[in-house]
Amino acid sequence: MYPDDLRYSKDHEWVRVEGSRATIGITNFAADELGDIVFVELPEVGAQLAQFASFGVVESVKAVSDLYAPVSGEVAEVNEALREKPELMNADPFGEGWILRIELKAPDEVEQLMDAAAYHAQTAA
Amino acid sequence: MAYSPHTPADREQMLAAVGVASVDDLFADISPRFRPGSFEVPPPLVEQQVRAELARLAGRNRIAEVSFLGAGAYRHLVPSVVNEVIGRSEFSTSYTPYQPEVSQGTLQSIYEFQSLICELTGMEVASASHYDGATATAEAALMACRLTRRDRIVVSGALSPDYRRVLATYCSGPGIEIVELPADLSAGGSGQTDATAGEGVIDERAACLVVAQPNFLGQVEPMAELAELAHAAGAQLVAVVEPTSLAVLAAPGSYGADIVAAEGQPLGIPVSFGGPYLGLMAANMASVRQMPGRLVGATRDAQGRRGYVLTLQAREQHIRREKAASNICTNQALCALAATAYLAAVGPEGLREVAELSMTQARHVASALEAAGLGERRFSGAYFSEVAIRLPEAERRHAQLAERGIVAGLPLGRDFPELADTLLLAATELTSDADIERLVDALEATR
Repeated sequence: MYPDDLRYSKDHEWVRVEGSRATIGITNFAADELGDIVFVELPEVGAQLAQFASFGVVESVKAVSDLYAPVSGEVAEVNEALREKPELMNADPFGEGWILRIELKAPDEVEQLMDAAAYHAQTAA
Repeated sequence: MAYSPHTPADREQMLAAVGVASVDDLFADISPRFRPGSFEVPPPLVEQQVRAELARLAGRNRIAEVSFLGAGAYRHLVPSVVNEVIGRSEFSTSYTPYQPEVSQGTLQSIYEFQSLICELTGMEVASASHYDGATATAEAALMACRLTRRDRIVVSGALSPDYRRVLATYCSGPGIEIVELPADLSAGGSGQTDATAGEGVIDERAACLVVAQPNFLGQVEPMAELAELAHAAGAQLVAVVEPTSLAVLAAPGSYGADIVAAEGQPLGIPVSFGGPYLGLMAANMASVRQMPGRLVGATRDAQGRRGYVLTLQAREQHIRREKAASNICTNQALCALAATAYLAAVGPEGLREVAELSMTQARHVASALEAAGLGERRFSGAYFSEVAIRLPEAERRHAQLAERGIVAGLPLGRDFPELADTLLLAATELTSDADIERLVDALEATR
């Protein structure tokens, strides 16, 4: 249900680490809970993210939620496609619906996150 | 009968919980002289006695027979159709729709209002209205701070002093800095915001430049130049406009205003003991998600029929809570409806006539005072419907005229020390030639 190569935060963000870079998105569980996503507020490239601090806002037809950085780092790239097509976060949350890529500041922080099995246990609880 | 749901023991417990000794301590911030001495009210009266008493009280009101007071609120003709429309119980008794989509008529009226404000301002989107012009201006400035992620607001020295006080209140909580871009107040000067004084004032820290058009002194500002000054620093231009002036002056959308705020009272709402007023706000679509307040949108239902909805509600406090675009805004639906009925009734030509007549009469005021040797224009350059006149002993003569039922505008020295002995006189299409003669004669008598 949840890809094994990713790490997960209790706030329902996922992280894919590739070298010093990490790609961040929200899980399909979060996307389903939110419903149809209509807008996402993205940080600017170069912004500094602190682990577990809010970095943006995602808006669906029924709710608005903060986005929390699962790990610290500097924003290297944001998914510009979401500005026009935020629904990608619903349609393909682990793929085309990615939110941003950051340059990791403290790669060890990834260890504090859950693996797929632990995240599955949290969402099933 | 004394009514209190709490026992003395309840009250003691509550006072102890908040750490004060008595109920009076809760009001310690209010000077005792403003607190009621007692809540004893006189014995009941019969209806005729009540009427007589109220008539006696009303008789103490001083009604100006002739008024040249403007300074943000203007006396215009309100066509009877306006009160006919807003007096309909479907509108006058309804509260803000909390199940909005069943109130299609209310939503449509707001949509029409927004469309008219967009047309008037040349902007892409208008809100469903705000409390008044001052709070709309403050909300516009806060919106610019959110859009630019900056926390300094630059205000023109010729913005209404009242608006500046409201801005200061709004900015005191979030810790937003307010700095002034001064206006040229010198005798015979332009009376305009000084676009050459921007250095060190408008830079990469500035979220916006807030300028009124026409400004508080009645003068027409070089808006395109000021927009360029703001934009060069990456700041937004907040244009605070007088709506009837838009029939003759450039629309804010045409000179690059990013946000427009206005007092909508001149559009079909009488001046009346300080209210009610009507805040207008307009902006461009790119900024809409940071716009405060309600927005009505048009859409189609499942059968393809036109319908109206409250749109982009996720900006609002009932959804976004503490992260809402505003938690301190309200709308003025009935006053917005009055403005809608007014604009529909007078149309573009009618509004232009209102603006042109107001300008003509303001020029008549200035020339009559100058011809009589009573005073002269304080500034050079273009003005709209309000004119600053320098006249010796302005405060004393203003007070003397008030005794005779004539309000000779606003003495500017109260808010602008440089402008002592200067009266700000407003004219509208309701200002008659006879009114101007009375003003001149009464001022002659105070020499």
